[in-house]
Amino acid sequence: MNVHVAGSDVGARTLAIISELKGLEGPLLPILHEIQAEFGYVPQDCLPIIARELNLSRAEVHGVVTFYHDYRDHPTGRHVLKLCRAEACQSMGGDAVAERIKALLGIDFHQTTLDGAVTLEPIYCLGLCSCAPAAMLDGEVHGRVDAELAKELVAEARR
Amino acid sequence: MTVRIYVPRDAAALALGADRVAKALASEAHSRKLDIVIVRNGSRGMHWLEPLVEVETASGRIAYGPVKASDVPDLLDAGLLEGRTHALCLGGTEDIPFLKNQTRLTFARCGLIDPVSLEDYKAHGGLKGLEKAIAMAPLDIVKEVTDSGLRGRGGAGFPTGIKWKTVLEAPGDRKYIVCNADEGDSGTFADRMIMEGDPFVLIEGMAIAGLATGATKGYVYTRSEYPHAIAVMNEAVAVARAAGVLGPSVLGSGKAFDMEIRVGAGAYVCGEETALLNSLEGKRGIVRAKPPLPALQGFLGRPTVVNNVISLASVPVVMDKGAAFYRDFGTGRSRGTIPIQIAGNVKHGGLYETAFGLTLGEIVDQIGGGTASGRPVRAVQVGGPLGAYFPRALFDTPFDYEAFAAKDGLIGHAGITVFDDTVDMLKQARFAMEFCAVESCGKCTPCRIGSTRGVETADKIAQGIEPEKNRELLADLCNTMKFGSLCALGGFTPYPVMSAMNHFPEDFSPAPMVEAAE
Repeated sequence: MNVHVAGSDVGARTLAIISELKGLEGPLLPILHEIQAEFGYVPQDCLPIIARELNLSRAEVHGVVTFYHDYRDHPTGRHVLKLCRAEACQSMGGDAVAERIKALLGIDFHQTTLDGAVTLEPIYCLGLCSCAPAAMLDGEVHGRVDAELAKELVAEARR
Repeated sequence: MTVRIYVPRDAAALALGADRVAKALASEAHSRKLDIVIVRNGSRGMHWLEPLVEVETASGRIAYGPVKASDVPDLLDAGLLEGRTHALCLGGTEDIPFLKNQTRLTFARCGLIDPVSLEDYKAHGGLKGLEKAIAMAPLDIVKEVTDSGLRGRGGAGFPTGIKWKTVLEAPGDRKYIVCNADEGDSGTFADRMIMEGDPFVLIEGMAIAGLATGATKGYVYTRSEYPHAIAVMNEAVAVARAAGVLGPSVLGSGKAFDMEIRVGAGAYVCGEETALLNSLEGKRGIVRAKPPLPALQGFLGRPTVVNNVISLASVPVVMDKGAAFYRDFGTGRSRGTIPIQIAGNVKHGGLYETAFGLTLGEIVDQIGGGTASGRPVRAVQVGGPLGAYFPRALFDTPFDYEAFAAKDGLIGHAGITVFDDTVDMLKQARFAMEFCAVESCGKCTPCRIGSTRGVETADKIAQGIEPEKNRELLADLCNTMKFGSLCALGGFTPYPVMSAMNHFPEDFSPAPMVEAAE
């Protein structure tokens, strides 16, 4: 999914996304979401193209991309494991689960395992506060993550 | 005869294995040649019982839970399809005390119906509010909503009708309805549940708001952390459009209203209405100064209603049953019902819709059943990361806007996070500052820089460095943030910090560290 792509290809695919969404009111976030879905991150090469097509300055586009936590400037591992760090999950031992998962993967938050299998990200609230601690592995949600389930999630992500 | 079996598609149910249960049911039914149809409903809100499987019988819906995929063969053997008894059988769903004792107005259909079936929605009283609104003059719709006493359920508690009146009277070639579904507060999930369990009620509420104010376009701005809600909302909007509920002539009224679902990008501050509008316009989610009010100059500078999901989803019942019906629930200036979200370290976590006025203690101890860990409740945070921590001593506080404000707290989006006696309140205060530092949009100095200084000061207290002086400094910093920030992020972060410090001072006086001998 997250393969590096040749520059010209990025340009063509970016333009296709922009032309599809340009007509929306406030099209920049939908375009960036679509670009990230396409490439797995927001390649730097896209920014001048977006700026030109939306009649914005490159600084404005850069400012938006860097403001939001979701947009990445580099590819992730094959799987992304997100752990909720907010209060409800803290109240159910989320911190201990996070430490365990970090130890199992041998990485900290915002890092990717050396084999490129898993990227670990913190997230602030999945809305699963009544079945905390919560995690999301590649878009699939998990509640009441204990030591056992943490191990299973890591094993699944390693695959 | 085909038997209808309900297995929720709500994210909380999915997180606990609902998809695996549905799959197991389908495959077992296939191999046993059973005639069943599986309906993926929303959640009833009893999350400790999820996945909650229901079967429709002649004597009503019978509930089983929490069901694991491996329980399915056994359940079928025991007579699940006839609603027979089993160790997991909970009896009639509506008779479960947690559900029976609620007053479900906004969430009346949540968990009951197939969320994306407009037929099901209509069969359970849907669209009646919109039909009434179509026959009314805009000012009369606004009056009905004003008279109901409905106040913004996002946290600020501003009267919804007054906001609508401002937009109705504002001059503008285009007007907008923006639904704030950026539910980022920990301990809250009501918006998510209604979007996943009864999306048409939100669509109906937004269409009514459009008719009332002359707005023809609506946006739901929700979170990227809510992929299931986004999918259901998109599906429901497409269904509503195909059925003429949305479009150039809403239900044949000749009045236009359409809407889109937009997705944020992980910035908590975008739950603040002006930051949300900037984000929707494709800008950085920086807070705007008010005035101008969004009601006069909102999305793209046009008059805009910005309402929370629950406010808008409560409008159809107000229009259908009348302002007086809704207003008769509640207490003081807090009218109607509020979906309380009980979360964290709690035995019976979930969503409980009731009239305003229950005490905090009743909610936590009786409805919530105390902690999940079985240890004593030490603190509850009400209103998300910007809400105050309440000790047991304040458990007699009634759940209404003014009563909580009087105790230096807020009900916010009505989320309650329970902590047992292992919680370290200094750590929680530090986290509040840390969260503010991570999420600050950067516009106001007290929020941008104060939050980082707050983390450092909390760390000094933890290390026993001049604790008295640093506690004073932290209080002073909170005061500066409270009065020197434009929005609730910087302005309300002092609530959790100060409440932790005032109500749990013992956690802020750690034994000074003994210096290691040279």
